[in-house]
Amino acid sequence: MIIRFEKRREPSKVMQAATPIGAVVLTMIVGAIIFDLIGYDGPRAVKEIFFTPIFASYKWQDVARKAAPLILIALGLCLGNRAKVWNIGAEGQYLVGGMAGATVAYFTAGHGGVWVIALMIVAGLVAGALWAAIPAFLKTRLRVNEILSSLMLVYVAQQLLGYLVTGPLKDPNGQNFPQTAPFADGQRLPSTLWGTPIPPGLVAAFVLAFVFFIVMERSEFGLGVRAIGEAPKAARYGGYDANRLIWQTLMISGAMAGLAGLLEVDSQTFKLDLGFTTSLYGFTAIIVSFLGRLHPLGAVLAGLVLAISSVGGQVAQTAVHVPYATAGIFQATMLFFILASDVLVRKRIVIVSSEPARKALGGAA
Amino acid sequence: MNFDFVAAIVTIVGVTTPILLAATGELIVEKSGVLNLGVEGMMLLGAIAGFAATFIASDPQYSDSAPWLGALAPWLGVVVAACAGALGALLFGFMVLTLGANQVATGLALVIFGGGVSSLIGAGFIGMAVTPFDQIFPDNLAQDPVLKLVFGYSPLVYFAFIMVGVVYWFLNKTRAGLVLRAVGENDLSAHSIGYSVIGVRYGAIAFGGAMAGIAGSYFSEVITPLWAEQMTAGRGWIALALVVFSGWRAGRLLAGAYFFGLFMTLELYAKASGFSFLPSQFWAAMPYVMAIVVLAVMSARESGRAEAPACLGKNFTPDA
Amino acid sequence: MTIITRRSFVKSAAAVSAAPLLGRSAFADEPLKVGFIYLGPIGDFGWTWAHEKGRKAMVDALGGKVAADYVENVAEDASATPVLRDLAQQGHKLIFTTSFGYMDQTIQVASEFPNVMFEHATGYKHAKNVGTYNNRFHQGRSVQGTIAGMMSKSGVLGYVGSFKVPEVVMGVNSFALSAQAQNPKATVKLVMIDSWFDPAKESAAAETLANLGCDFIASHTDSPAVLQLCEKRKLFGFGQGADMSRFAPHAHLTAIEDIWGPYYTSRAKAMLDGSWQSDDAWWGMKEGSVVMSPYNKSVPDNVRAAADKVIAGWKDGSYDVFTGPISDQSGTEKVKKGERIADKDLAVIDWYVKGVQS
Repeated sequence: MIIRFEKRREPSKVMQAATPIGAVVLTMIVGAIIFDLIGYDGPRAVKEIFFTPIFASYKWQDVARKAAPLILIALGLCLGNRAKVWNIGAEGQYLVGGMAGATVAYFTAGHGGVWVIALMIVAGLVAGALWAAIPAFLKTRLRVNEILSSLMLVYVAQQLLGYLVTGPLKDPNGQNFPQTAPFADGQRLPSTLWGTPIPPGLVAAFVLAFVFFIVMERSEFGLGVRAIGEAPKAARYGGYDANRLIWQTLMISGAMAGLAGLLEVDSQTFKLDLGFTTSLYGFTAIIVSFLGRLHPLGAVLAGLVLAISSVGGQVAQTAVHVPYATAGIFQATMLFFILASDVLVRKRIVIVSSEPARKALGGAA
Repeated sequence: MNFDFVAAIVTIVGVTTPILLAATGELIVEKSGVLNLGVEGMMLLGAIAGFAATFIASDPQYSDSAPWLGALAPWLGVVVAACAGALGALLFGFMVLTLGANQVATGLALVIFGGGVSSLIGAGFIGMAVTPFDQIFPDNLAQDPVLKLVFGYSPLVYFAFIMVGVVYWFLNKTRAGLVLRAVGENDLSAHSIGYSVIGVRYGAIAFGGAMAGIAGSYFSEVITPLWAEQMTAGRGWIALALVVFSGWRAGRLLAGAYFFGLFMTLELYAKASGFSFLPSQFWAAMPYVMAIVVLAVMSARESGRAEAPACLGKNFTPDA
Repeated sequence: MTIITRRSFVKSAAAVSAAPLLGRSAFADEPLKVGFIYLGPIGDFGWTWAHEKGRKAMVDALGGKVAADYVENVAEDASATPVLRDLAQQGHKLIFTTSFGYMDQTIQVASEFPNVMFEHATGYKHAKNVGTYNNRFHQGRSVQGTIAGMMSKSGVLGYVGSFKVPEVVMGVNSFALSAQAQNPKATVKLVMIDSWFDPAKESAAAETLANLGCDFIASHTDSPAVLQLCEKRKLFGFGQGADMSRFAPHAHLTAIEDIWGPYYTSRAKAMLDGSWQSDDAWWGMKEGSVVMSPYNKSVPDNVRAAADKVIAGWKDGSYDVFTGPISDQSGTEKVKKGERIADKDLAVIDWYVKGVQS
């Protein structure tokens, strides 16, 4: 008896939808077993990480807060990843978005109002886009790998943040701590909207997810992005300008990351400090985009899953005393499972027996 | 003013070695056509594995009955670290080569996974220390203010130099190296000639993982003989950058690694010498800015531009 | 140490229920629930470990009257807020937030739970139910400086820090001034590594300082990396937050130990007898919260005597390292002869004294 992988004629849509769910479920099972074996209360850990944040209403605000930047950044990454443009440096673009907002707040100190906030948002978008323009330039003109150039810029952005909060933007009344002055009331966005636990970032994320969906599936631009990713030579013959698409996808994902950074700073922390670099949303968003199968609506769901597991990881730390690293292990495992299960989307399992008749497994194509 | 050049060079060597080790391994991986971004994760696995093995082997309850164990403990640590790195790499390899998963995403998953697993295992080792895996030459050579330039280092430093040479020789002077390069340049042709593309790549990936693991053990056994979460602090990413701006050539890799190490040390010298007219963050960002500049310059120069292996990052699909 | 052993240890220290407790409970019969959030892991043998020791000391001192829980590895960003809310909701009535990066989060959650008392370490924002507390670590720095000033042959002292915040600046200045009191020509070379956590970089920074002639290297970082480098290069250094002699048996001359137990115990007692009030407490050697670990056997008697004299001086109030005349790096006099730097100025200090090369 032989087990073979046979390529499907078309990727299985059933599997595309089922595999992310399967990945999450399998992670829960495997995680519970392994953590139990090494001495922790495995099932309880899984419960706290995956279920408590869903069912405990006082956790919803935290989940929503974390999901917003993850989804926003992941939307931009989905676009780029489809074109096989790998923006690993989204974290740097997220940081400069926040820095841009804080800089505007500094220069408009004392003033407030709709125009100031609009200016801050634009600043965040532009700053993120420009920070991503650097790797775009390097890739299109000099063939420099964008993975590395965008990544190096993350470190530069972190140092820039350190410089700003200890120097030009430092709060004169802040006891010389490395942070900016708190934003004026008129400069702030509300943390949550209309009495719900929903932050403005999440609303933006849902709206933009829809926009991205329309663009990616139905527009000329979206077609070009996918073409460049899946069949670059054919796409070029078809008239798509690869360089332009590289610029566009990088700058769009940069703008999204910058927006996420701006919203975090202007609706959650209302100042800039060194703690801004610790969340690493820009990197986690990469997992979100893959877990969501590079699809905008998938990114929304995946963002929620990652947010739930991050929040749950903290709960588990208190409740089950698992180390802080546990959430990361679960998240990486989900990613492994979904990447591994990709094979079921593209291929199906065929068992060849010595008898003439063949059985094909793997669901309908 | 008498500036101690020897000491400065020794410092640069110490800073560069772990990056060189990891990059040398990744060079082989990428030459075979695979892009393994998981270097940072493999280094962390190696760091904790090496530390744990060294710590346990140095434990008096064992070395009392087997004194040779105590002396060999750090070497054992390095071997275990190599195995840990290789295991992480093989997980990556299985997913990418056998299951056909996306290389970029899988590599990133390995980074996060390696970080998490190392933290989990390392939880029990926080606050412990081992003896540093330091000089192997006798004091009169290793401590001599001038001769220490050659003799004052940890065995891993010499190992790194040797491996660069071995990799160079392997890639350019052996038939096996030729096969590896062929697999990286044109996997379909290599396959049709009869070489096992998947087999060669598995081997390359395992080697890369072992080297990354050893690089990780350099942190936990040589520089700071202790375990701390995320103690490699991003060096794995620098190693990746290094492979690119070496143009995938071993000789350039050595030069590039030292170039980077020079800038990382320059940052500290500038700060220690009081160059306060520039903010300290400027110096801290300098190595990364230089990496980008060098990447740009190397890619722009016509004559100097070395091409990446043609199949880099693409999965092998013989029935496509 | 295996993971299972550690887990059993953690289990035997108060277990925490994840179910939120709403409303107030009657304290008369139930123990007071005290919560702690930590920046790092409790086994770090440094900052967090010292707080954990303090927590345990409080539990020992007050027995069944308190039940104390902790959360470790809480990042200093917005994610600390839900952790604090959890603790408040789980019935903790006194919560210590042990790092300055928790400041706004503490204020935020305190405003949501007016019946829970919060104490923020090394901060400056207060509220009716938020107090701050700090330790005069710089007192310990002056002991280190005294030792370094007397024992250093080169007169060039090294100092490795993470970021330039008043806490660090205060420590550098105290170290420099006390070293100069013993050796007027002593200088301090300062390197900030601009990173939260990078032991290899700390070690390289220390190595650089050693290459440039430092034979003593103090540090204000979160790992013993600098000490290990000192041991390797046969130089001298000091432990930070805890006795770190296990990492550097020859190099480690003494350490500043943070003894939080007495403070935590007194604050819990204040809660129990109803006298707790928001305060800005800054304890030091006098109160026993800063203690120097035993001197290395290689420290000569005359040096020990001088160091002990400094300690005694802090304890009885006769000595303050920040007594003028003090000039800054450019030579401008900032403190007149005989004057002392006031606490409120010390807490925000951002200039280095003469002789510090930064």
